[in-house]
Amino acid sequence: MSDVVFGRLRALLGTGGVERDASGLPRATPDSADALSLVCRLAHDEGWKIRVEGNGTWLPSDAPADLAVSTRALDRVLSVSPADLVATVQAGTPLEALRRRLAEEGMWLAIDPPGRPERSLGSVVATGTAGPLRHGFGPVRDHVLGCTVATGDGRLVRAGGRVVKNVAGYDLTKLQVGGFGGFGIIAEVHLRLRALPRADVTVIARGPRDALTSAARDLIAAQLLPGTLELLSPALAAEPDWTLAARFAGTDAAVQADVRGLSTQGDLVWQPLPADRTAAFWSLVARGSLGGPITLRLGVLGDGVDETIDLLAHDLDEGLVSAGAGAGMIRWTGDAPVGRLRAVRRAAASREIPMTLERAPWPVRRALGHFGAYREGVGQLVGRLRDSFDPGHSLSVALEGVE
Amino acid sequence: MTPEMVDALGRIVGPRWVRHRRAELATYAMDGLPTRESYPGVVVMPGSAAEVREVVRLMHLTGTPFVARGAGTGLSGGAVADPDAVLIALTRMNRILKVDPVRRRATLQPGVVNARLSEAVAPHGLHYVPDPSSQAACTIGGNVAENAGGPHCLKYGVTTNHVVELEVVLPDATVVRLGSRQGEPWGPDLVGLFVGSEGMFGIATEIVVRLEPIPSSVRTMLADFLSVRQASEAVSAIIGAGIVPAALEMMDQACVQAVEASIYAAGYPTDAAAVLLVELDGGADAVEAEATTVVSILRERGARDVRSATTPADRARLWQGRKKAFGAMGRIAPDLAVQDAVVPRSALPDIMDRIEEIRGRHRLSISNVFHAGDGNLHPNISFDRRDPDLADRVQVACREIMAACVAAGGSITGEHGVGSDKIDYMPLIFDGETLAAMRAVRRAFDPYERANPGKVVPVHACREWRATRATRAAR
Repeated sequence: MSDVVFGRLRALLGTGGVERDASGLPRATPDSADALSLVCRLAHDEGWKIRVEGNGTWLPSDAPADLAVSTRALDRVLSVSPADLVATVQAGTPLEALRRRLAEEGMWLAIDPPGRPERSLGSVVATGTAGPLRHGFGPVRDHVLGCTVATGDGRLVRAGGRVVKNVAGYDLTKLQVGGFGGFGIIAEVHLRLRALPRADVTVIARGPRDALTSAARDLIAAQLLPGTLELLSPALAAEPDWTLAARFAGTDAAVQADVRGLSTQGDLVWQPLPADRTAAFWSLVARGSLGGPITLRLGVLGDGVDETIDLLAHDLDEGLVSAGAGAGMIRWTGDAPVGRLRAVRRAAASREIPMTLERAPWPVRRALGHFGAYREGVGQLVGRLRDSFDPGHSLSVALEGVE
Repeated sequence: MTPEMVDALGRIVGPRWVRHRRAELATYAMDGLPTRESYPGVVVMPGSAAEVREVVRLMHLTGTPFVARGAGTGLSGGAVADPDAVLIALTRMNRILKVDPVRRRATLQPGVVNARLSEAVAPHGLHYVPDPSSQAACTIGGNVAENAGGPHCLKYGVTTNHVVELEVVLPDATVVRLGSRQGEPWGPDLVGLFVGSEGMFGIATEIVVRLEPIPSSVRTMLADFLSVRQASEAVSAIIGAGIVPAALEMMDQACVQAVEASIYAAGYPTDAAAVLLVELDGGADAVEAEATTVVSILRERGARDVRSATTPADRARLWQGRKKAFGAMGRIAPDLAVQDAVVPRSALPDIMDRIEEIRGRHRLSISNVFHAGDGNLHPNISFDRRDPDLADRVQVACREIMAACVAAGGSITGEHGVGSDKIDYMPLIFDGETLAAMRAVRRAFDPYERANPGKVVPVHACREWRATRATRAAR
């Protein structure tokens, strides 16, 4: 079977467009949206299951499938427009390469997701994993103006556009951002950018967790709006105590004014990070989420942060935790058996807290699902949407899990 | 509409909340778009989510199409129903159900008027950011359907960035809750999908929105230029400097003159080719510092004069002309064709030249007032629809303007929605496959296509998509 698949893919994409992964599974690496759609159509017509991959640095490449489809050869920045602050980028482009390219032209993508610097843009968009900058710059969806997607049966859908304001037609982009590939494979993304901040300053305070969360709430109430206001567990920040990190990115004058404003609030001692250590600090935080096989994301507002971390600490552990103090999100990384994770999701749901499984080995994804059980009536809706975008159920993606 | 339907609706909401006489229906025959008129079969005004559900269940059981409507201020003909359809007016459902100042959330019925929400939460130092020009009348439910914008969306985003959770009655009368108070989806981002679906996915009966603190410091600046090109370049220079103003609005000479000749005169210089309104907000020190930068950019780019205001009264005066521009244009001619195209910001100067060329060739009166910061144009054509030749020229010019904006890499609508007005333009920016994907999504929510039928997606331009299991079952 594997040889048949390999041969058909080679006939379709040429020898450069197909390889075998470590386990011998044929892996297609199309280098254009059209080629991607051809691969999906072939798999659909043959009834083959597809494992969706990016650069293989975030979700483990372990979903059962007849072939893997990786976006790693879709790695070009197709267009950048500094005057409009938009760019069109292929989904397999590594974030670090994109960051450099944009910086050369004075632009910035205000997303700092967990994971490695070579993580693909498509992975970040498909899993909707925003990082600490979500506090000031919004979730991933706010940075995506449109995208080109190959559906499970190989149709190319061009959602949204390249302008920053657009209500033409239904907002199909929203279905793809955070859809975990269940509604197609993202080939290209139109991004909303910002001017590269002239100033980018991080200040940190350390102390017991409850003192920091309460200080963070006061800062929000005082209308200070840093780009980031993130609470980091001792293990994540590699510090003996909890850390509250505030990052201000913008014009020199505004950043200086905001940092001054911070020092007049409350009695926390804020220390500026030296400029040459700032990037390393945030990179440590981003990689921290790879410190265990499982990463969860819970939607929590400021006043629920302590209680929810307590819940995680009680049912799982307090290991690698990063919490947006105002952004409505807590991220936990570690290891735990499926039963325990299921219990946490149930406990969270009873508090009206959604829990998304961002990253885990296939058996855990399969059992729990990225989203788990939906609220009443929503399951049928999602099922019909998946039937439309993947009519042959070719995409090996576990959105719901099994009880 | 049959007497049986009128009676059945009356049994749900009470007979006084059902309107079916021709004179009563006239109010609902149009929305804010003057060129689309159609009388609905009957109008029903439910007073609760339960009544909405019962009305929708009746529509489902009898196979009757329906159109949900708020205040009817939309500008795309989206809230207008055909005679075979029931129009569900949601204006009675105007209660603010809950305000949570600590978490900065408000829970609303769909008929709450946009501006009333900000008034109600002002004592907590909060406001609701999206501020469409019609905010004194338009409803939150309509804002959700259209993904409404407004001048202050440049920095803070449009409706979709402020709605976190919805209770929706689907067209088969199932009730679903989408999203969460926190803003984190439960599953795929169905709130994001629903916002802007123009009433074709169901009816939102409860809406939870994000509130934002009223900025502690605000500064409004008015600069005037001798050319639109200079003003457009100033816009790009401000954004390029890394400053994101709360609002960045432009008016051309025709618009300024209309405003200054009206009772809304704001003291704008009538000899300027373009007037730029820049508003900065945030902490006092940051606003002060950024204002200095903005003023120097404006002057470098050729501003003749820059006026600045910080007190609410002075700011309101600078804003007055902008906010009342549409009203002022009403004085010029009986009808106004309001366009809503979007272009990449860098294309603004060229597109303005192009619009001027189109205006001259068709001998029309066009005034431009727009959200320059995000390239969202509103070329407004004043006309009298009783003059058929003029009305035809207006239609042709609209199409030409739209085609020019699309050719520049833009979109056919930035905040008004497609409705019926722009449905024919959809194939200009979406291919058959993408239009088919939209239709497939619509059918996931509404397999029988009964909610606001005939809007947004030009069915003839869709490629055939495999029928989903649900639609197969429905057949």
